[in-house]
Amino acid sequence: MLEMTRITAGYDRRDPVVRDVSLHVGAGEAVGLLGPSGCGKSTLAKVAALLHRPDAGTMTLDGTVIRGWRHRAPREQRTAVGVVFQQPRLSADPRLSLRELIAQPLRSTGRRRDVPERVAELAPLVGLSDELLERRPHAVSDGQLQRACLARALVLRPRLLICDEMTAMLDASTTAALVAVVERYRAASGAALLAVGHDRVLLERWCDRTVRWDERDTEKAPAGPVTAGGGLRPPAAPR
Amino acid sequence: MTAEPPVLDVRDLSVRFRMRGGRDIAAVTDARFSVAPGECLALVGESGCGKSVLASALLGLLPANAATTGSALLGGDTDLLTAGERTLARTVRGRRIGLVPQSPAAHLTPVRTVRAQLEESLRELTGARGSELPKAAAAAAARASFPEDHLDRYPHELSGGLAQRAATALALIGDAPLLLADEPTTGLDRDLVERTVDELRRHTDEGRALLIITHDLAAAERIADRVAVMYAGRIVEIADAETFFGAPGPRHPYAKGLLDALPEREFTPIPGTPPELGALPEGCAFADRCAYADARCTGERPAFTAGLACHHGPTGRAHSPSKESADA
Repeated sequence: MLEMTRITAGYDRRDPVVRDVSLHVGAGEAVGLLGPSGCGKSTLAKVAALLHRPDAGTMTLDGTVIRGWRHRAPREQRTAVGVVFQQPRLSADPRLSLRELIAQPLRSTGRRRDVPERVAELAPLVGLSDELLERRPHAVSDGQLQRACLARALVLRPRLLICDEMTAMLDASTTAALVAVVERYRAASGAALLAVGHDRVLLERWCDRTVRWDERDTEKAPAGPVTAGGGLRPPAAPR
Repeated sequence: MTAEPPVLDVRDLSVRFRMRGGRDIAAVTDARFSVAPGECLALVGESGCGKSVLASALLGLLPANAATTGSALLGGDTDLLTAGERTLARTVRGRRIGLVPQSPAAHLTPVRTVRAQLEESLRELTGARGSELPKAAAAAAARASFPEDHLDRYPHELSGGLAQRAATALALIGDAPLLLADEPTTGLDRDLVERTVDELRRHTDEGRALLIITHDLAAAERIADRVAVMYAGRIVEIADAETFFGAPGPRHPYAKGLLDALPEREFTPIPGTPPELGALPEGCAFADRCAYADARCTGERPAFTAGLACHHGPTGRAHSPSKESADA
């Protein structure tokens, strides 16, 4: 599904945040990427979500080599990946109602006609009432807004869902509820998942396998086989 | 609990927000708890349940459209709810209540170094002057394990953990008997959460009272002596932390649901979502999400007695839905 090979990325070419990292997510697989804050895992997630162009390395999505990121990515690649970020407040346009927020990807891809049907399908799935759908972000809680952001990520039926610390701001019950929504969607659609976070207990419970970010190896990663390169290693033993 | 008089004694504290169109938001209703010296009380609950409003009420930082009732006695003599802004600003904030903020990066002044901010607080709160300031600043930093060689850095040059310690160092300067920590671990990773709460625990063990407001149950378990669970603006259970997190576990169905949602436990969410604070139901606010709810639950509001606000209190944790119907 997703194959990232020896990716180097960052915001300053002389001092990349991610060095020579490889990551593989199989079709329908749920992979948890574990690392402490500030290690670069969110940057890698952005590269995987086609939102940040890496400085070096190759990436394939469903066997297609990615040639452009952000607006340079063709629509069928961009819409194949759904993303949920850590802070719903920063990833929601405050002027839009939750209904418009969820519908936005459909509008931007010329599928305005599907809006009523898809929103009506997704709202009960993520637990948003009709009344909440009409509110704007300032009038809902973080948990309610994150529910809308998850619905927005699912509205185009992505084949890969990337959750970057999706539940870090949320309480235990909302966390469990959102994870259940993701898993129900994956069971129905066969989509793959890349869940990025620092909560080992959560990711090990949620994902098929977890990989640990290990900064120690990143500097002197050997130019050897793909799986050995970079700072990621497979878990010690399967769960 | 210790026999010492409580540092903070909150009685029937309610906060109402008056909204446009005459609508009222019942953010906090009849909160009643106390914190003793050397004790940590963790206030837990979902986001939007009124925890932070309660903290703001204690610090006199509510917006103008808020009205409070009840009392919150600090040290047995000052009612935080009726004390004027002058009293709060000059004798309470920083001096008698130290605030450990939710997001230290936003709490620290971005254009000044940590040293400058520590020295300012030292001048204001302890009267330290001139040549004694650098030494006092280093000592204040050391109390919160903030590394001395980072004192001349600006907040944006600090990691999340160090920013948290800088904010804690500021909160400790006034040597306040009560520390109020509002979500001090949000956004930190597990190691940092543990380090932060361990440090707060250390300050508690030195004889301060600590009220920690959090949605992180693992952090609460690590630090708290007692736990207060808040739901829809009300405290629904107060329990000893050991019995709450261990055996026999929480008594309120909501508290049980919260714990069962943890990934290390059942990982099952509580069905539904909390009610709106502007449109609370007549009866128990948790009734429509509760497996045990019956006619009494939807009809009348449960009283808070013996640390629990639940109609099924007496049967408590042992009950099952079938036993429930026998009791009703």
